Amino acid sequence: MARRYLLWFAQEHLDFRHAEMHSIFSMLNIPLKFIENPSINLPYWIVELPSEICAKQIASRSVLLKNCLELWSRAKSEAKLHENLKSSVKNKSGKWIVTNSNNEISESHICPSELLDAVSDPNKTFKVDVETFCKHFTMKQKVEKIENFSYLPLEGAVNLNKPDVTLSYIEFYGVDPNNVPQHPCDLFFGKWIADGQRDLIKFHTLKKREFIGNTSMDAQLSIIMANQAQVAPGDVVLDPFVGSGSLLVSAAHFGGYIWGTDIDFMMLHARTRPTRVGQKVRNKEESIRGNMKQYGIRSQYLDVLVSDFSRPLWRQDLKFDALITDPPYGVREPTEKIGIEKDNYSLSEQHLDNHIPSKVEYGLPHIYSDLLNFAAQHLSIGRRLVCWYPLVRDEYLEEQLPSHPCMQLVGNSEQVLSKMTSRRLLTYQKISDDIPNMPHDPHGAAHNFRDKYFAVGEISRREKKERRAEEIAKTAFYLKAKREECKKE
Amino acid sequence: MLTSKCLRGVVTGYPLAINATIINITEVDYNPEFITRIIPKLDWEVLWRAADSIGHSDGLPQTIEPKFEENNEFLKKVHRVLLEVDIEEGNLVCPESGRRFPISKGIPNMLLTEAEVQ
Ligand SMILES: C[S@@+](CC[C@H](N)C(=O)[O-])C[C@H]1O[C@@H](n2cnc3c(N)ncnc32)[C@H](O)[C@@H]1O
Repeated sequence: MARRYLLWFAQEHLDFRHAEMHSIFSMLNIPLKFIENPSINLPYWIVELPSEICAKQIASRSVLLKNCLELWSRAKSEAKLHENLKSSVKNKSGKWIVTNSNNEISESHICPSELLDAVSDPNKTFKVDVETFCKHFTMKQKVEKIENFSYLPLEGAVNLNKPDVTLSYIEFYGVDPNNVPQHPCDLFFGKWIADGQRDLIKFHTLKKREFIGNTSMDAQLSIIMANQAQVAPGDVVLDPFVGSGSLLVSAAHFGGYIWGTDIDFMMLHARTRPTRVGQKVRNKEESIRGNMKQYGIRSQYLDVLVSDFSRPLWRQDLKFDALITDPPYGVREPTEKIGIEKDNYSLSEQHLDNHIPSKVEYGLPHIYSDLLNFAAQHLSIGRRLVCWYPLVRDEYLEEQLPSHPCMQLVGNSEQVLSKMTSRRLLTYQKISDDIPNMPHDPHGAAHNFRDKYFAVGEISRREKKERRAEEIAKTAFYLKAKREECKKE
Repeated sequence: MLTSKCLRGVVTGYPLAINATIINITEVDYNPEFITRIIPKLDWEVLWRAADSIGHSDGLPQTIEPKFEENNEFLKKVHRVLLEVDIEEGNLVCPESGRRFPISKGIPNMLLTEAEVQ
């Protein structure tokens, strides 16, 4: 029997919610059926899923999902919620009873009594959690709320620490803390099924990662990217602008085998100035390989190479299962490729090994058309390229995004960076193997983010200073902890 | 790691030869599904020759048998050569030009010089 589930989301990165969920549903091959039309201002979805296993699979991937309940009742008032549940006790039809189906809110739907049977086994312990959003209640008040459910056939013993079944009662008072209504506007009751991957954000936090660079992506966005790319166990994943490898950490977490390239020799060898303010020298072990070890996913590290993405490197017919990348925007790190403007330039043989070649500008339009051409050539069909794209917000036009006939845009989520600028997470799916050679993006000139970025005067010296102060504050805590660790040793 | 190993099978100017001066063996988790999926992506002959050139072709067949995915012993050997044998220091050598690409700390440096790009 298909059941209804309440998916509860973190109220952040709102523009990424649909993209992440659609990617996960399609990767797991689970049909998405809404019982109520979702609203981005509300932190929940009410959906029908084929089975509880599906709900658990979804929760095992999504980082924007807080948790998932099997829904028993939902209403706009407390009285109605209880009325529904009382009717459910008697609903032996084996189905949801759906009255006035033209109403968009499912508040008078009655769940089948079978669902409630989950707690009628005297050998199963249970507990009831009460969660209230945007309003605080004391423990005593919460217990009173629980007592109102005494009509449910709860036969087992209560166990607060390790119950067999956790029931959940939610009162939602809206999202505006300055305007909290007296009564909750939405109420839900159901059985807890699984938590999403919020804890992974802490586990992968950059604060405790051994090797980071100043463009390392935060854990949450990296996890979203791996989901957008639909990375599954055994996939071969490449980040062609790998830097400190932050995107590969989440890809490997979900079972990807990872490969990276970067033009910056010093970066891959962790010989750049330490990113953490106040850290004098980098640790010998610092490397992408070291990070993989730190998270227990060393076996999925294939390799990183120093190489220039504008030059061919891979065997023509080699296919990757996913490409995940954050190309250089030219603001915090230069966009460049190997080259020199002098003629008759030569280098003696003994200099060759340690030579770090000089670089010429590698413009953004160029980078993105190289990236799409590369994806069209080297992705397996149906697989995805996920990449960030910086923009001046006023000038955004969807039809000017980089495009390629083999690559279909399937995700486009905005993260606002400042008043003027944002970056968009673009997800392209390879839909055809019939590859024309695309010279350059026709909208190339429209995309010179770096020029525009500086033209709008975003980074004034003052702003830079402020940012630096912020970074110092952020790392101070980490360093203190490190120092204490050292003392102990 | 698969790294430098597989690399050969993967780079253009193909196949690159390997000179290894330091080889590390690191045991890592064995995942037969991954190995089964990666084999078709490799150029087996090239892989075999490369493994052989650094003295790690022991027991690896020169050609792949048709039902390799059922042969656990074989998959384990591929796992070893792909994921556990790391070339820490050495060179990759271009078969056409003899150009050496140094590997240090397991990271090959494929950058060309300015002159080579011209
Ligand atoms: C935005 S950063 C990526 C940061 C990365 N996600 C991380 O975790 O640190 C872009 C990277 O692209 C690299 N890069 C710039 N030009 C390149 C080129 N032509 N080929 C390869 N990498 C390049 C830079 O060295 C930089 O590390």
